[in-house]
Amino acid sequence: MTTKPNWRGMTRRQLIARSFAAGTTLIVGAGFVAAPNAAWAYEAAALKPETLATLIRMARDIYPHDHIGDAFYVTAVKGYDTAETAAEIEAGIAALNAAAQGAGHASYLDAAWEDDRVALLRGMEKSAFFQKIRGGLVTGLYNQKELWPLFGYEGESFSQGGYIDRGFDDIDWL
Amino acid sequence: MVAKFDLNDDSVVLIIGTGAGGGVLANELAQKGVKVVALEAGGRYLPEDYINDEWDAFGQLSWLDARTTSGDWRVAQDFSGLPAWIVKAVGGTTIHWAGASLRFRPHEWKARTTYGHVAGANLLDWPIDAEEMAPWYEKAEAKLGVTRTGNFPGLPGNNNYKVLEKGALALGYKEVSTGRMAINSVENDDRPACQQTGFCFQGCKWGAKWSAAYTDIPKGEATGNLEVRSNAQVLRIEHDEKGRVTGALYADKEGNQHFQKARVVCVAGNSIESPRLLLNSASEMFPDGLANSSGQVGRNYMRHVTGSVYGVFEKPVRMWRGTTMAGIVQDEARFDPSRGFVGGYELETLSLGLPFMAAFLDPGGWGRGFTSAMDDYERMAGMWIVGEDMPQETNRITLSSTVKDQYGLPAPNVHFDDHPNDIAMRSHAYRQGEAIYRAAGATRTFPTPPYPSTHNLGTNRMSEHARDGVVNRHGQTHDIANLFISDGSQFTTGAAENPTLTIVALAIRQADHIAAELSRQNL
Ligand SMILES: Cc1cc2nc3c(=O)[nH]c(=O)nc-3n(C[C@H](O)[C@H](O)[C@H](O)COP(=O)(O)OP(=O)(O)OC[C@H]3O[C@@H](n4cnc5c(N)ncnc54)[C@H](O)[C@@H]3O)c2cc1C
Ligand code: SF4
Repeated sequence: MTTKPNWRGMTRRQLIARSFAAGTTLIVGAGFVAAPNAAWAYEAAALKPETLATLIRMARDIYPHDHIGDAFYVTAVKGYDTAETAAEIEAGIAALNAAAQGAGHASYLDAAWEDDRVALLRGMEKSAFFQKIRGGLVTGLYNQKELWPLFGYEGESFSQGGYIDRGFDDIDWL
Repeated sequence: MVAKFDLNDDSVVLIIGTGAGGGVLANELAQKGVKVVALEAGGRYLPEDYINDEWDAFGQLSWLDARTTSGDWRVAQDFSGLPAWIVKAVGGTTIHWAGASLRFRPHEWKARTTYGHVAGANLLDWPIDAEEMAPWYEKAEAKLGVTRTGNFPGLPGNNNYKVLEKGALALGYKEVSTGRMAINSVENDDRPACQQTGFCFQGCKWGAKWSAAYTDIPKGEATGNLEVRSNAQVLRIEHDEKGRVTGALYADKEGNQHFQKARVVCVAGNSIESPRLLLNSASEMFPDGLANSSGQVGRNYMRHVTGSVYGVFEKPVRMWRGTTMAGIVQDEARFDPSRGFVGGYELETLSLGLPFMAAFLDPGGWGRGFTSAMDDYERMAGMWIVGEDMPQETNRITLSSTVKDQYGLPAPNVHFDDHPNDIAMRSHAYRQGEAIYRAAGATRTFPTPPYPSTHNLGTNRMSEHARDGVVNRHGQTHDIANLFISDGSQFTTGAAENPTLTIVALAIRQADHIAAELSRQNL
């Protein structure tokens, strides 16, 4: 479930040079989406890069954790970047962009305030598309083992002998 | 030596399902020299196979055959295809269970008499009582090694318990402890003491927690009187022209079907599959399903009034460390209708790992209200509500007219509406639970809705009279002398306590009865 985003070994300058459309937080290039600091880049397989960038933004707006990098959200949604699912995702994101335009934004990504984007999502909360993306994120995001330590969760413990000698009762502030 | 019986051997007792009820019954009968074939739909997994990972363990062990839901309960909305969280494996849901092992309170055997008439509830007294059950409870507690019974000391309290205790004592609660748990507090039964790994729900890799999978089942097999066939899913029970059951048709791992003959059949597939099997076994002689002259098969489905309360504190709790459920407040389990409901409830510590917390804290929830809670995961404490729900005739397992399982048999639909008494109790318990955490310093609390049912009860209930229920005081069906029900579906009412100790006590008692009746040639 947790393959590392596709790092292409590009510098920030190279990334920006290749890009043709920059959202507020992601760099969208010909066939790829990348972090502005070049921490990661992901090559789109079946989805349009703009669609993928919007999907990543949508994922973060659904489950925003400011201390969690985009790479985790990319991992959570990249399963939709396949020939089988592309049409459905393109349609769903198109509907999201249409809703954004109805609210006076150029696109979903163009709505700069999270509150504005969340209002758009609330408006489509009951849709099958939204529910599919949200439901998928519950495991797609939170079941990434690399993410657990960022929430303090320690995961597997048997191999370390459990917590009998590792603080099962170490609470000291009560 | 593990026994092997012929499909045509009609002298065996056939047990369907090997969980708390079936697994214990199989061993108890085998110990008495009775020949037993146990058919188990799931595979065999032992401590070395269990996985300290919530979703992986779920995928490994859960019953995931097609099921549907209806009714006004939140589960039908949040988890429409997964009404219950139960195990499909040798040992059944005792692999998942947390080990809380409480006796019913005396008045709970007599709910109809104690509570009186409750509109909309199909309350009935059990035909047995506390005094009659006391010796069987003693045997069950000894078998399970229940802490705070016999010579077993209590478990030490983990971080999650300490928070609960602090708040509960501050509120004036008195019955607060690490509870009675079927988890070794000292080495016992050739199994080690609890190592506080957490992951009690995923199967105890130390074997410190009692599970039929690695206790009763192998002990029964060692007698040479018990054959457990895993990956053997029973599709139908057959009967002869006299109306006595003759055995069961089952599918093996490859999907090939076999018929195992038997002298007695005991159904122990948990409270959804057991009534489903009786209904799917309808015949010309029994058009409404086996043992269903009362029309009660599948009805009175109970799942306990559940819900959870999580609290966020200023500093880390790390509730996942150590036992999942060794902590309890029992003061609210009393009978006290002045609270606005009959029946009582227990509050027990509960912890979920981060992946399950994401799925269950507020199913369907999203946005910063949700994620800010998840951000505080390390500072959370958790408790679970378990209280008596009202049996209602309309809460029931029926056969789906549209959805079929992998064998082409109608899937079960689980219908549940909360009774007003259930709602009043849950609201009270949420308030008290939140007050406990506030008293311990919580800055935020969550009244979390019920998870898919872990306690499934009542769908073949026990009754004095044949018109009111499906089985008699021994779990023998009123209609068919050689057909028994041996799991939690026998429950006449659910009481406030976690059910498994009672399921085990009833199974030990039933084994005694069946063995005696067999030797008297009555079966
Ligand atoms: C996460 C969790 C925690 C729990 N914690 C506690 C606790 O702390 N205390 C407590 O008292 N209870 C607890 N429980 C509940 C407890 O596990 C159950 O009450 C108990 O196991 C039920 O016993 P049973 O015999 O009715 O069914 P099960 O133990 O579920 O056994 C039924 C078996 O029958 C098999 N089966 C079903 N249909 C067929 C068929 N057609 N053919 C062949 N085999 C079939 C199933 O595969 C299964 O193995 C918990 C449950 C869960 C899920
Ligand atoms: S906490 Fe104890 S009982 Fe629970 S899984 Fe770990 S060792 Fe077993």
